Amino acid sequence: MPEEKNTLRRSITRLFASRTGIIAVGIVIGVVAALLQRLGNPPNMGVCVACFERDIAGAVGLHRAGVVQYIRPEIIGFVLGALAAAFAFREFRPRGGSAPIARFLLGVFAMIGALAFLGCPWRALLRLSAGDGNAILGLAGLAVGVGIGCHFLKSGYTLGRSRPMPYFAGLMMPLVMLLLLGLLAFAVSFKEGHAIFFSAKGPGAMRAPILVSLGAGLLIGILAQRSRFCTMGSIRDVVLLRDFHLISGLVGLVAAALITNLILGQFRAGFAAMPVSHSSHLWNVLGMVLAGLAFALAGGCPGRQLFLSGEGDGDAATFVTGMIVGAGLCHNFFLAGVPDKVVEGVLVTGGPGYWGKIAVVVGLAFCAVLGLTARQRT
Amino acid sequence: MADMEVDARGLSCPEPVLLAKNALESMAAGTVVVLVETVTSRENVTRLARGMGCAVEVEEAGDEFRMTIRKG
Repeated sequence: MPEEKNTLRRSITRLFASRTGIIAVGIVIGVVAALLQRLGNPPNMGVCVACFERDIAGAVGLHRAGVVQYIRPEIIGFVLGALAAAFAFREFRPRGGSAPIARFLLGVFAMIGALAFLGCPWRALLRLSAGDGNAILGLAGLAVGVGIGCHFLKSGYTLGRSRPMPYFAGLMMPLVMLLLLGLLAFAVSFKEGHAIFFSAKGPGAMRAPILVSLGAGLLIGILAQRSRFCTMGSIRDVVLLRDFHLISGLVGLVAAALITNLILGQFRAGFAAMPVSHSSHLWNVLGMVLAGLAFALAGGCPGRQLFLSGEGDGDAATFVTGMIVGAGLCHNFFLAGVPDKVVEGVLVTGGPGYWGKIAVVVGLAFCAVLGLTARQRT
Repeated sequence: MADMEVDARGLSCPEPVLLAKNALESMAAGTVVVLVETVTSRENVTRLARGMGCAVEVEEAGDEFRMTIRKG
């Protein structure tokens, strides 16, 4: 029996490691994300790791932007689904200790960049598949950022080795997610007018049913852990290795989401006043240059970092923590981009404000210095 | 007996693949042994090596994988 189980495990692993496997995973994610929007999630935001972590930061009071506060079950599902898959396939490996504070700050700046654009790479793909032309600029920025990261990697950039960690240390992020799930399930209110905060209006109030969101998150978590789905890695592998394996998953995602959006009537093409989006072109590009560079230097897109943290990777968990804290900073210090608005028939172009632009430039400088100086010490 | 050994244990993506690639490109023919810790790194290095027309053998030793890659 154990031998049969091992054979089954190996067959499933081979399937997910194949081109067909990664494309199938992309298709499932694309369809599920578009359906989550249909079932209540915000427009062109069926799944967005950056936005949803920002909502979680708001729910626990790390920021007080009242329209973006909710404990998103999808994020919980991503980590716990990856944990379950890692256990089932004996890939749970507690590890960590590779430049934690640098990874934390990369997470902070990745979030600053993503929120200047208003979305992570996942949402950029979903926005593209729903007709939001600004996503093209964001994705172009992402590619440039990842390209710069590849240049640093080729020049010997490294944050150093991780080491095996005690078993319990590998469970930290899954345990945090279980705690969040408890707070959500019991809608805990610590004191009137205090955390946990749940938005009454705005994107934070737009939610698919909890069990649907959690189930979708778990499904994506399992599939992505098995297939190593990574938006940043997709671009990086093409640039560095001419390897088109991962990026074929992205093509599957966009195609599936596009078709589902067309069927559900969720497709609308344009640039101005698109849902939770701005048309400040320069900052759409620069925000995602920063995010892409930070993801490349940290070794994974924000989704991948969640899946890795479910596998016991403490370095990924540190990056995720940086992103959540970064979301708090973004809204407390007015760094996040503001969506376009139409006021009395006149378009008011959104985008990051003065301090948001400064923060993006500071983030780019931080990543450049890190990329140029972090080398293996002998 | 390996001509080169690459210790990529504990390094995050894509460093194991880059180190393996550099090692393989530095020789016309020969054997490179690559040590990795995660299944992801094992899969990525395998994909790279096969893409370069090399034969790959993997031995699992505890929490590590010892990958023997033959070029030429």
